[in-house]
This record gives sequence, structure tokens and C-alpha cells, in this order.
Amino acid sequence: MTKQVRQLDRVIIRFAGDSGDGMQLTGDRFTQETAAFGNDLSTLPNFPAEIRAPAGTLPGVSSFQLHFADHDILTPGDAPNVLVAMNPAALKANVGDLPRGADLILNTDEFTKRALAKVGYAANPLEDGSLGEYRVHSLPLTSMTVKALEDFDISKKDAERAKNMFALGLLSWLYHRPTDATVRFLEVKFAKKPEIMKANIAAFQAGWNYGETTESFSVSYEVKPATLPPGLYRNISGNMALAFGLIAASVRSGLPLFLGSYPITPASDILHELSKHKRFGVRTFQAEDEIAAVGAALGASFGGALGVTTTSGPGVSLKSETVGLAMATELPLVVIDVQRAGPSTGMPTKTEQADLLQALYGRNGESPVPVVAPSTPSDCFAVAIEAARIAVKYRTPVMLLSDGYLANGSEPWQVPEVDSLPEIEPAFAEAGEEDFQPFKRDPETLARPWAVPGTPGLEHRIGGIEKADGSGNISYDPNNHDLMVRLRQAKIDGIARDIAPLTVDDPSGEARVLVLGWGGTYGAITAAVRRIRAAGGTVAQAHLRHLNPFPANLEEVLHSYDKVVVPEINLGQLALILRGRFLVDVIGYNRVRGLPFKAEELADVIRDVINS
Amino acid sequence: MSDPLALVPKDPERQTAKDFKTDQEVRWCPGCGDYAILAAVQGFLPELGLKRENVVFVSGIGCSSRFPYYMNTYGFHSIHGRAPAIATGLASSRPDLSVWVVTGDGDALSIGGNHLIHSLRRNVNLKILLFNNRIYGLTKGQYSPTSEVGKITKSTPLGSLDSPFNPISLAIGAEASFVARTIDSDRKHLQSVLREAATHNGTALVEIYQNCNIFNDDAFAPLKDPQTRDDVTVRLEHGEPIVFGADRDKALRRSASGPLEVVPADSPDILVHDARNPDPSLAFALSRLDSPTFEHTPIGIFRQVERPSYDELMRAQIDEAIAQHGAGDLTALLGSGDTWRID
Repeated sequence: MTKQVRQLDRVIIRFAGDSGDGMQLTGDRFTQETAAFGNDLSTLPNFPAEIRAPAGTLPGVSSFQLHFADHDILTPGDAPNVLVAMNPAALKANVGDLPRGADLILNTDEFTKRALAKVGYAANPLEDGSLGEYRVHSLPLTSMTVKALEDFDISKKDAERAKNMFALGLLSWLYHRPTDATVRFLEVKFAKKPEIMKANIAAFQAGWNYGETTESFSVSYEVKPATLPPGLYRNISGNMALAFGLIAASVRSGLPLFLGSYPITPASDILHELSKHKRFGVRTFQAEDEIAAVGAALGASFGGALGVTTTSGPGVSLKSETVGLAMATELPLVVIDVQRAGPSTGMPTKTEQADLLQALYGRNGESPVPVVAPSTPSDCFAVAIEAARIAVKYRTPVMLLSDGYLANGSEPWQVPEVDSLPEIEPAFAEAGEEDFQPFKRDPETLARPWAVPGTPGLEHRIGGIEKADGSGNISYDPNNHDLMVRLRQAKIDGIARDIAPLTVDDPSGEARVLVLGWGGTYGAITAAVRRIRAAGGTVAQAHLRHLNPFPANLEEVLHSYDKVVVPEINLGQLALILRGRFLVDVIGYNRVRGLPFKAEELADVIRDVINS
Repeated sequence: MSDPLALVPKDPERQTAKDFKTDQEVRWCPGCGDYAILAAVQGFLPELGLKRENVVFVSGIGCSSRFPYYMNTYGFHSIHGRAPAIATGLASSRPDLSVWVVTGDGDALSIGGNHLIHSLRRNVNLKILLFNNRIYGLTKGQYSPTSEVGKITKSTPLGSLDSPFNPISLAIGAEASFVARTIDSDRKHLQSVLREAATHNGTALVEIYQNCNIFNDDAFAPLKDPQTRDDVTVRLEHGEPIVFGADRDKALRRSASGPLEVVPADSPDILVHDARNPDPSLAFALSRLDSPTFEHTPIGIFRQVERPSYDELMRAQIDEAIAQHGAGDLTALLGSGDTWRID
């Protein structure tokens, strides 16, 4: 039977099931296949904090959304074209996001009376007509998988667990994905359980074959590779890019990398990744708590390492005093906050941007620290290097604000040439200096010398107590304190001379409305701006990588537009600062749902401002 | 046994205590026990003969934590309770340093208790000097986690309610590989303990009974008073029978029910001290001899056992990874995983 092949320019698929159904793995594999095929892509994993929430319940639903296209895309997509729902809970939790006409692939084996009742379905949605506006593909995924695996010497439970691979095989057929890498992946993953390995590969192939033979799918789809600039590519998540960026900063500075960390969602993967790279001399230290994690990193910095600590918002709260110490002792330190929904424990697996004020101000005393934020998963690489560059050059802690969306989301990344990466010069103080003064500053950067233990003749003592300008001896002199507070501030402010000016994307040059964002909202804002322009609208866009200090031209940019819209996944933290600093009446758009913005909602907001 | 100082460069010049003094005025209260400890440490370090620039003192907050300012080495006066954490990062990334932590009973056992126990179990190469004066000095006289129950202070006018820690028992319970106690007024003993601590591989905890003459004067009087000290001090010497008393007429023995009991020195089966015993139960039992009245207080090294240090294990994993797979190559790393090329 020859089936029809239809061309699409982009597709959004969401895999949804129980936390134990392997939806994240399925999504990851489909993503890898898609990346290898050469599409542009963006992903949104969405899962509960509970490792195995009660089966079949709404809180237990785990999903993975993937947007892929034959052109450059920016977000994981607003609404899925295809939903794979492994049980009634997955259907109920996700069906509301589907546009009319979307494809629904349902595992009918799980649509039992009990399972339906568990999530409050009075009638079976497969039978009551409530799914009429979708193209429903009712498939007994579990029993087909079990049947396909009946010749294998594995338990029924193990056979049932392979249903995600059956689904992956079916979707791989439906969208013409290459399958070799998934087979290789399964061979490695189950190398120690050969029977399970063979069964999973068989389930994957059975899913593919089912697609080819069933009448349930009469059409398959092709999405041509995207035309991206030439080069070597890989798919990368934000957390992976941060880990790679830190290693690159270590290599480019010649400073050994020391990571002090305490496990916390959604930052732990950075610790996991870095702990694999001991060949780079990376030391990873899983501390007894957040405070020890940053303390050890600072101690390593004192000894001449690139000290880094990784955490999320609650961890930053605990580290605050030590960041203050790093600021006061003027030692390099990189503090990575992978923001999650707060306050307090909040929603650990959900994204948010509400730690900006904590990063900027969450310490006692006048305690300015540079703050940087990546805008996309792959941008985490460059921003990690930038954080290290500033920390080392200016002898200061630097806060890097990633978020849960960037951390777990992924996109294709053009692998950079190592020689193109910034060089970082530690410029340690050297032996032989007469009358060494640990707080004598570089006249240009105001950075103090970094004199590490082991350097003869530069023995000195530092600490959190106020220091005399120059000598660094303890000083309670009123005017000295005033001077030191101002010097520390001036040092951080001066970094503005050392960062790129804010670039504004305003192709027509006639926009009266500027959309200004920061951090992980870049993709959604840019997609919204493109939609408005595609419909003939005019809008300018700029995105801040440096939140402290701001680029030197920010004030000028803000005053160049009649209206400035600032979308943030918080209640207006950047907006507060912009208003306070620049007296600009910015228009905030703020939602804190634990999810990234959708392009369409932002387009609506911006359109309203343009038209008002 | 690994020598923790093997990689620390030695000074070819002969050093004296003066080499370790800074130009900073020492600002402890006149009569404070800290002066004696400072002099003892400055007097001892030349013995090690390490290059001064390879010695680091890290402290937290409190009277004792001012110590680094007076040592002409590298020094880091950090924040309350966190010195072991900061020193852990330093010591585990710099095998060419001799890293010392100076802390007090509040700093180490109250706000920093977590870091103390974890550095002990980890066995990082740190030498922790815990100045125990059983009071909060710098905040002017509140009771501390080593103050006796019922202590009347500014914050406990009717007497403190909570039981104190015994730092030695705590350290042994935290899997410490080296645990000792000494006293500020006995320089010879203090230096003999420092000598063993400095060359111990891993974390060494040295509790130093230290008199705060302002807020808790004479806290250890029975151990210092020439009239009583010889009678109540139980000196622990590895391999020696534990005999004490002014007339050396008392000894220790395990009672049938378990705890140690004081018996005449000529009794059969008196205890011989064994600090190197892998089993910590004897060291623990000795730590329980302490009493509020100091009738028999052990000083010396309770426990001194061999165990790999965290930093050497960490180093070994890196060396092993490089030996097996070669040093890291950034180009290869960035281009690893599933990649594709667009021409």
C-alpha cells in the first residue's frame, strides 16, 4: 500500500502520559531524531515534581512538547498539532490546549471505566462525541506492544513498559524521522539487559511497521530540513549548555573549574554533567547544604580556581550571605540560579523569572553584583562564559539567571570554534611586588589584585569586615567605609563600559513601541514580534543579557520610543527597576503560571499597545 | 600513610615564631586565652618549616576567628560558621597548601555545626582548632552550645535549659579520623597536639579549652590550678597505660557493665590507651569521662586513625580519568553527542 506523503513547514507534537510512562525519554528521542534530520526545533518538557505521582491522576501527568520546522523557529509552540495521550488523565490535562482539527493519538487500553472515573470523566470521551473536533486515532497501544513482544522472554510488565517505544516508532514513521540513533541509544541504555533491549527495539520497530500498514493513518508527513548556516550542529539543553560553557571558561582562562553544589530542581543536571568531565580537571563537590556549596566554591576561588555554584531560587536565599562575602572580599565567583516558580518551595519543576530582585538586591548592605541572563537554551553557553569573564576580570561574584524552561528545553546549536571563544585573563598578582596592597585597585577596572596562596611575599588576610582602602586592614573609619561602599559600586557600574550596547531590532526604523525582555522569554517575544510584522505591524524589540549593570545605551533606547512593553514571568521586577532608574512609564505584561509565554498571547498584548 | 604535607613546599630558611607575626595590633581582651594559643601556634609553625605563603588560616566569626589577622600567612576571615566549608574548597583544590581552620564553640558547634560534622566525615585535609570557652564572647556573654546546663547569662537569666555538646564525642560520632583536646595554658601539650594534627592525613579536630576571662572566667579552673590540675587531668598517650592523679595512683578500667571506671593504678586490667584503634568505642568512652566538676578530664589525642583524605581521593579520580582517556579536549567535547553537519 502506498500512502500519501504530505509536506508541512512545521509541526508541534506533545507526548503525554503518566510520570512513569517514559514520556520525557520518548520526547528526548524524538527530539534527537529530529535534530539529526536537520529541522530547527524547540522543546518544552513539563513534568510534576513527584517522581512517581499516583498513577492515572491529573497531577501525575508528564508531558513533552516539541516544535520542529523547515525554518528557524523560536519557541516550543503555542498549541500542539498532535497530542499523544497514553491515558485518560493525559487526555484530560492536555486536550484543552489543542486547536480544532488537531490529531489525537490515544492509547485506548487505558481508557477503562476505573481510569476514566479517576480523573472525573462521567462518560468515555472516545464514545460520547466530545472529541468530535479532532482527528482521533484510537489505538490499543499497550496490547499491541504486548502482542508484538510475546516471543520475548520478559515479564508482561516489562512488555507493557515498552509501549512508549511503540508510540515513538509510530510517530517516527508518521514524520519520516531517522531511526538509527534511537536503536543505538536503546542498545547502550539496556546493554546490561539484552532481552529488554531487544524487546524495546522490537516495540519501536513494531510501532513504525504499524504506521506503515494500518489504515488508521492514511497520510504521513514530511518536514524538510531547515536551512541553517553551514557548520556542525548538535541539540543542546540549557543546563547542558551551561555546563559546557563553564568548562569552556575554565579552558579559556586556564583556571581549574571547581563546582560546589547541592542537588536542587531544576539545576541538578549541571552538577551531573560537570561531574562527568574530570578529564578537564573539573572538581565537583556535592556539599552538605547550599551554604557549604557556595562556601567551598568561594574557598576554591580564593585559591585561584574558577569557583562556581549552581542552584535554584531557594538555594540562592541560603547562599546570600556568602555571595555578600564574595562581594566584600572581591573574589571571582559564578552563582547560577536556574529559576523556578516560587516563593518558597513553589513549583520546583515549573519555570519563572521572579528571582531578579533577589539576584540584584538579596544581600545585606550595599552589595552590588553583576547579573546576566541567557535568552535561549543554547545561549546559556555564551552567557556562562560571559559570567566567568566578568567574575574573573572584576574580581566579583556574578549571578547568572537561567530558568526551568531554558534548563530543560533544547534547540539545535551550532558548535562554535574554540578559537572564537573569548579569552579570559586571570592576571594573578605576581611575586616580587614591593609593599603589596591587596585592595589597591586597577585604575581602569577598579578590580583589586587576585593574589593566591602560594605566591611568596603577597601573604595577606581578607574577610567580611570593612577594609581600609588599599591595605585591606580592618577599618572602622567612617569616611573609609563611605569610600569603599562607593568604590565597590563604581567597580560594578563601570562594567557597563565593557559590555556590548543594547541592540534594537527595528527593521523599518519607524516603530513607536518597543518590546523589552530579558532571559528565557526571548523566543516567545521574538515569535510574537515576527507575527505582528508579518501582519504589517511595526514594533521594535530588544532583549537584555546584562541586568546589572545595564548596557550604557539603555536609557537612550528607552527614551527613543513612545511606549515600552516589558513582558516578564513575574509581577514586574524589571519594570520596577526601569521605572525607578529611568523614569520611564513602562507597560508590564506579567503572568506567573509556571509556563513560558505563548507567542500569540504576547502578540495580542503588543498589538493592543500599538493600537491604543 | 599519605603525608598531607608532601606536596607543600618547604622553606629552605630556618623560621622563627617572629616570621609568623603580622604588624596588626592584637585586639583580644587583656588576659584572654587566645593570646597563649596564638603564641603557641606561631611558636610551633617553624617546626613544620613550610613556606609561609603555602599556609592558610581560615576562620568564621567570633573572638577566635580574628586569629588569621595575626598570622603572617594567607588568611581568610569569613562568615559565621562557614569556615570549614570555605576551607574545604580551598584544601580540596590546592594540595600544596597547609590549611588551618580557627573556630570557636559557637561558630563550630552552633551556627556551623553542619559544616563541622560533614568535614569530619569527609576527611578533608583541614586542621581545625576549636577554641572552646563555653560562652559567646564577641556578642557579649550569651550561653553557648558547650555551656553547662543551668548557665546564667544575659540571655538565660534563669539558667540555660539545653544540654551541651561534648565536642570530642560529637567529632568521634561524626567519623572523625583525628580528635584531640588540649588547653591554652599548657603550651608544651598544645604544641605536641598541633604536631600530630599537622601531619595527620585528613581532618584533625583539636579542641582547645580556652579561658574567657571576661564572660566565663575560670571555666576550666580545676585543670589549671596547680593545686588540682595534676589530680584531675587524665593525659592520654598512645600505647601508655592511662594512669593519672597527683600521685599517679589512679587508672581507668572498663567496668563489667561497659562504662569506664576509675580504679587504683595497681589494679589488674587497667586500660592502655590506643588512639589508633579503628574501633572508636574506647575513644568515645574516654570522651564521656568529662564531668561538670572536672574530676577526671582527659586531654591528649583520643583518636588518630588512617583513612584516605577527601582531597587525595578527588585528585585520584581526576588523575585516573586523564590516565584512562587523556586530558580533556574542548573541541571534542563541544562536538560530542549526536551531531550533524550543514554544508
